[in-house]
Amino acid sequence: MSELKRASTFLSDNSGDPTMTQASTSETPAAIRADVRDLKFWYGKFQALNGVSMPIHDRKVTAIIGPSGCGKSTLLRCFNRIHDLYPGVRYEGEINLAPEHINLVAKGIDPILVRLLVGMVFQKPNPFPKSIFENVAAGLYVRGIRNKSEVEGRVEEALRQAAIWNEVKDRLNKPAFELSGGQQQRLCIARALAPKPKLLLLDEPTSALDPIATAKIEELMDSLVKDVTILIVTHNLAQAARISKYTAFMHMGNLVEFGETEQLFTNPAVTQTQDYVTGRFG
Amino acid sequence: MAGELNERRIVATSKAQDLVFAVLGIIVLFFAMAMLATLVADLLIDGLSRIDMQFLTDFPSRRPSQAGILSAWVGTTLVMFVTALLAIPLGVGAGLYLEEYAPKNWLSDLIEINVSNLAGVPSIIYGLLALGFFVYGLGMGQTVLVGGMVLALLILPIVVVATREAVRAVPSGLRESAYGLGCNRWQVVWSYVLPSARPGILTGAIVGLSRAIGETAPIITIGALTFIAFLPPSPIQASPPFLNFDWLNSPFTVMPIQMFNWTSRPQAGFHENAAATGVLLLGMTLVMNGFAIFLRYHLRKGLRS
Amino acid sequence: MSQSLDEGQTFAALKSSGFLRRGRVVAQAMQIILFACAALSVFITGAILWVLVSESWLFFSQIPLVTFLTDTQWTPAFTNARYGILPLLSATLWAAGIAMAVATPLGLVLSVYLSEFAQPRVREVLKPILEMLAAVPTVVFGYFALLFLTPLAKQFIPGLSGFNLLVPGFVMGIMILPYVVSISEDAMRAVPMTLREGAFALGMSRWRTAFSVVIPGAFSGVTAAYLLAFARAVGETMVVAIAAGQNPNLTADPREGAATITAYIVQMSLGDLPHGSLAYSTIFATGLVLFLITLAFNVLGFFLRRKFREAY
Repeated sequence: MSELKRASTFLSDNSGDPTMTQASTSETPAAIRADVRDLKFWYGKFQALNGVSMPIHDRKVTAIIGPSGCGKSTLLRCFNRIHDLYPGVRYEGEINLAPEHINLVAKGIDPILVRLLVGMVFQKPNPFPKSIFENVAAGLYVRGIRNKSEVEGRVEEALRQAAIWNEVKDRLNKPAFELSGGQQQRLCIARALAPKPKLLLLDEPTSALDPIATAKIEELMDSLVKDVTILIVTHNLAQAARISKYTAFMHMGNLVEFGETEQLFTNPAVTQTQDYVTGRFG
Repeated sequence: MAGELNERRIVATSKAQDLVFAVLGIIVLFFAMAMLATLVADLLIDGLSRIDMQFLTDFPSRRPSQAGILSAWVGTTLVMFVTALLAIPLGVGAGLYLEEYAPKNWLSDLIEINVSNLAGVPSIIYGLLALGFFVYGLGMGQTVLVGGMVLALLILPIVVVATREAVRAVPSGLRESAYGLGCNRWQVVWSYVLPSARPGILTGAIVGLSRAIGETAPIITIGALTFIAFLPPSPIQASPPFLNFDWLNSPFTVMPIQMFNWTSRPQAGFHENAAATGVLLLGMTLVMNGFAIFLRYHLRKGLRS
Repeated sequence: MSQSLDEGQTFAALKSSGFLRRGRVVAQAMQIILFACAALSVFITGAILWVLVSESWLFFSQIPLVTFLTDTQWTPAFTNARYGILPLLSATLWAAGIAMAVATPLGLVLSVYLSEFAQPRVREVLKPILEMLAAVPTVVFGYFALLFLTPLAKQFIPGLSGFNLLVPGFVMGIMILPYVVSISEDAMRAVPMTLREGAFALGMSRWRTAFSVVIPGAFSGVTAAYLLAFARAVGETMVVAIAAGQNPNLTADPREGAATITAYIVQMSLGDLPHGSLAYSTIFATGLVLFLITLAFNVLGFFLRRKFREAY
């Protein structure tokens, strides 16, 4: 219960800028999985995020939309500190992850720890040059899970969750490269799910896929969200409208508006959002 | 919390693994560099004091203290001249053909496999080729020309590969605008592609020549003499036509052979001579390579800006 | 007909312009010349094979192939001459094997370090230093092996002879190290960054990313590096000719000296070798064996590298 209380307090904190179209009419606010507070980010001297604050609701899909270069992927990639692979990056602010309230971008927090807690799926499917089974098991091995029956059980569970089990169960030892693009992407989702992440990041996961494979993944997200909190970046507005409960609209490194998807698409509080979702710019 | 403790342990293990490997990498790196440093130091200690004017201007001798490398360095210079004159045009030509002209067919494929394979053929095999083909097959004898030819063949793949890389780095927009002016393919290649690729080609040529300077095996195989107490005829003469090409057909020796010969003798005095020759050889190859690295570094900087 | 193009010329005039025609002729001629330069490589390979086969013909017409491949002694200079390549071959493989035993682990560590651990700036300083190591003439390495390392190693390794396979093998390993590192590092760096990001996103350490994702991803390229390096070690001449001795010796003890194929060819070339004699023919016969071994490894390495390049 304390979590709920915390969530509501910080939501009211954020009543100022950026605009929160707080859904007062709908059900009580859900629990918060992560809250972003005044997050700033620099590539070298270039500031890519100018103080972003938003909540990530537990076991809901939150979508980040905005024109190219608005910083939506940059924001997503802060959540698992993948930026740290490249020299010259700097964070300021907080991303507090429930339940321990670890600040993911704090200097003292090791990026490896962050990545053990947060899973990620990338724009282009990137299966490892190994078998299907080994791909899904990779994250388990990293966490020291080596017990054969446990690994097998969790690999199967993850593959079922990612709705690909029936397609691959007879060829788990075949190279992952042999799968189609859509299957590879679902395999990558299974790979991210196997270690049971507290948060799943999806960086335009369907942009390299055909419409049928895209539909499958959207369907999959619907069922996944019962167990996992999902944060997705997409340039496809219709996709955001279809799959997400909450949406954040970003522009030039700023969070312009955050709110329930329905509200944001039908009755946005900011003109800029309206222009974007109705296709007048972007 | 137990779960989090477990994760912190995994993080600690991961960081320890990375640290151990990074340290291991640095140790190996230092080991390799220490080897190079030891080798250079050993040569300098053994041979530096032996290098003086007498050493550079005397012929080989039975007495180590009177021996010099005059015939060897003159031979090396002449052979390198022939090698550069042959390998650079031929290698650049082949590289240009493969990048700019070659259609995608089995013949281009065959040429490509051949170039790559020739790069891996042991140098001594080139020596056997020269012995059987140039020396006896064509009856050319053990001459400066044959020495230059065999080293040219040896470094040809290096020049070809460098040319191809340099040509590939030329932006295609340059080609297109040149074609747009109405140039034919050769004019595009000659007036636009080649000038932009020149620094890269030069780098490859220098690296190739520095390899050729130190090559010993193929020159031994063609039967170059190890004891030569005369110089080839001078390429320049006082009377017309002023140029004299007899030196091409003269017997010769080169510095690496002189060094090999002295290394194989039991007397310590000759080892000193060998080390001195080694210092000079090493100096030449390192300077050439250093220049090539410098050139490439500036090339990259130029491309970036 | 004007010498150059003026404004206002008609299309017909352009087509028949002598200036343009000359340009076309030059372009045609240059295309043929450039093709000849490229085709030279095929000619050289052909010439190598032809020379090796034709000049060793005499040898193989007098010595049965079975004897050549199975006899355990190589004594062409004795009155009771024996022509078994095994002693030369075993010394060659011993020296190359020791070189690989040195270069494989060191090369793997170094290439992983350079491609996955070192900062770009550090890498830009270190790679040229490694290239310097590759630039040292082999005869200098030979001197170093015989006159510095062997006397030093004798103090630690009992029973090490003045000429031996161990020290030149080791020196060759150091010598081919830059070559191994350069090819396998290139292969590792060609592995797309998205794969590394996927690995790091799972919480893998650099070390684990390198060994369980990057190296499997670059496997054919890394393997090619070792095949090409082995071919180079097998064909290396001066280090073994100087420091491994010139006595054909079928031995299982690398502390002893033994002539390799290349050392034998050098030894014979230094002496008087009448054209057309059986002794002359032996260096081509042994050279043919050497060429075939290196050819096999080079071609295999070439196709693995190409397969790798196509994968990414």
